[in-house]
Amino acid sequence: MTTLSSVPPLLSIEGLTIDFSALRALDRVSLTVSPGERVALLGHNGAGKSTLFKTVLGFLSPAEGSVSVDGAAPGSDAARRSVSYLPEQVAFPKALTGREVMDYFSRLKGAGRADIARLLDLVGLGEAASRAVGSYSKGMRQRLGLAQALIGKPRLLLLDEPTSGLDPVSRLEFYDIIARIAGEGAGVLLSSHALTEVEARTDRVAILSKGRLVADGTLARLASQAQLSMSVRIEARAGRADAVQAHLGGRRVNGKSVIIECDPSGKIALFGRIGGLSEDIADIDVSMPTLDDIYTHYSSLARTEGAS
Amino acid sequence: MIRISRVLAVAATEFRMAARNRWVFLSTLVFLLFSLALSFPGVGAAAMKADVLTLASAALATLAVYLVPLIALLLAYDSFAGEVERGTLALILATPVRRGELVAGKFLGLFGVLAIALVTGLAVSTLAAGAVYGFAPAGLAAMARLTLTALMLGAVFLAAGIAVSVAARRTGTAAATVFGLWLLAVVLWDLALLAGVVADADGFFARSVFPWLVIANPGDAFRIYNLAALGDGVQMAGIDSVAHTLPFDPAAALAVLAAWFAILIGCGQILLRRLTP
Repeated sequence: MTTLSSVPPLLSIEGLTIDFSALRALDRVSLTVSPGERVALLGHNGAGKSTLFKTVLGFLSPAEGSVSVDGAAPGSDAARRSVSYLPEQVAFPKALTGREVMDYFSRLKGAGRADIARLLDLVGLGEAASRAVGSYSKGMRQRLGLAQALIGKPRLLLLDEPTSGLDPVSRLEFYDIIARIAGEGAGVLLSSHALTEVEARTDRVAILSKGRLVADGTLARLASQAQLSMSVRIEARAGRADAVQAHLGGRRVNGKSVIIECDPSGKIALFGRIGGLSEDIADIDVSMPTLDDIYTHYSSLARTEGAS
Repeated sequence: MIRISRVLAVAATEFRMAARNRWVFLSTLVFLLFSLALSFPGVGAAAMKADVLTLASAALATLAVYLVPLIALLLAYDSFAGEVERGTLALILATPVRRGELVAGKFLGLFGVLAIALVTGLAVSTLAAGAVYGFAPAGLAAMARLTLTALMLGAVFLAAGIAVSVAARRTGTAAATVFGLWLLAVVLWDLALLAGVVADADGFFARSVFPWLVIANPGDAFRIYNLAALGDGVQMAGIDSVAHTLPFDPAAALAVLAAWFAILIGCGQILLRRLTP
């Protein structure tokens, strides 16, 4: 993955600002996606994820900044051939079969029909190809959407909340396919509203909050940069809670427990002091910051920065 | 660069969806039943000077003014609003397809459905009535004229329905709008004109403005053209009597249909170009 930095990015967004009359939907966003890279775009509803996709597709014009898709302007013929899109909650015509939907989009994209059967097999819809889309389950429809997005070997895939509403097994299969496509050299930008979902399934995480890009990096780097404190809950033996609190600090809960918030850097020192009190302590429970805590941390950054 | 292959792909899919949703079957059935019913005149028709097919074409022209716009608008109102609601329009516009190709393709697919309904209905009626009463050359010409102009009328209202569908962006709004449009074009327009003529029986309005206002309406233009071409053998009442006293060549009515089609399909194109999916 380290060699990728020398390759020109498939998607390059610089200082992008999008205004909807009074509302600033995107505010100086810069982001790149390189060949073979899977980037997760996270954000609440209304954070600007769909707006970003629509700008990359050429549906919206930037107020400021620039977007380049595989070296071409968004919406141009070259860009449209390079990019594939799966919108959030797409509903294909119920009366058509899966194969007919694929046939339609193959013809629109100018791709041969030879690949249709292979793509339907790839997403596990080979058996259901001749059935009407109306009879498909939610997961099957989403997989048909992915198969559609893979027509014509796109260089850049834009997937808007592709796994929302999928069960855990379908979700795993979905990410397996995406990993395989990225392995063949395509860049993938997919949006999601939960960090837990994209953990270990993407190479990089970008977080949008209120139209601003508040984080961009690997999950490990974001976690260490956030400097989030862990929380240690110590249950004291009967009558010893006061002594434990006097020694360690923290706050008392429900009579016999003490909770201490601790920076990652103070971890070792704290455990040393806890070790000295083994006589007074019945149990210890350590909660590390979760992915959701990290996400909340970066999302709230935009709010405090915006206020200053 | 316009790609015919993409236009045809859109047209084929639009037609296929209409066929699966029973639109082809239903519109053909409805039009066939109405045309058959009107092609067999009741007793007393023999007293008329014209042949049965000519009389049938006059009756069918009057019916088609109501039915053809209705079928065309029903076929078209969902064409874009449905895609916007289902989220497929964004997907389609992300492919290399041009917006103009999309409008052209949708129109062609729906026109195919309408053409099957109209041609089947009118051809079967012509054959059935002709087999019973005989095929008079004038009657056959009248039916052929009726079929071609009904296709033109249908094309105008398909274009109108497509434009409404793009503008409305919601299926419900589009359905309500096309119904209002239908009422306005085929019912209220004529009523308003009749009221004007009654109020001003021999004045400037009745003589100079009225015929132009009649022909400005695509439905009336279609009917006037067909009735004027039948000659004096067929009696007419109400607005249709203007057919015999036109201050212009009846062929101008065809130009009106062509102009409406060009304007409306152009509106659809412009509206779609301004739409952000």
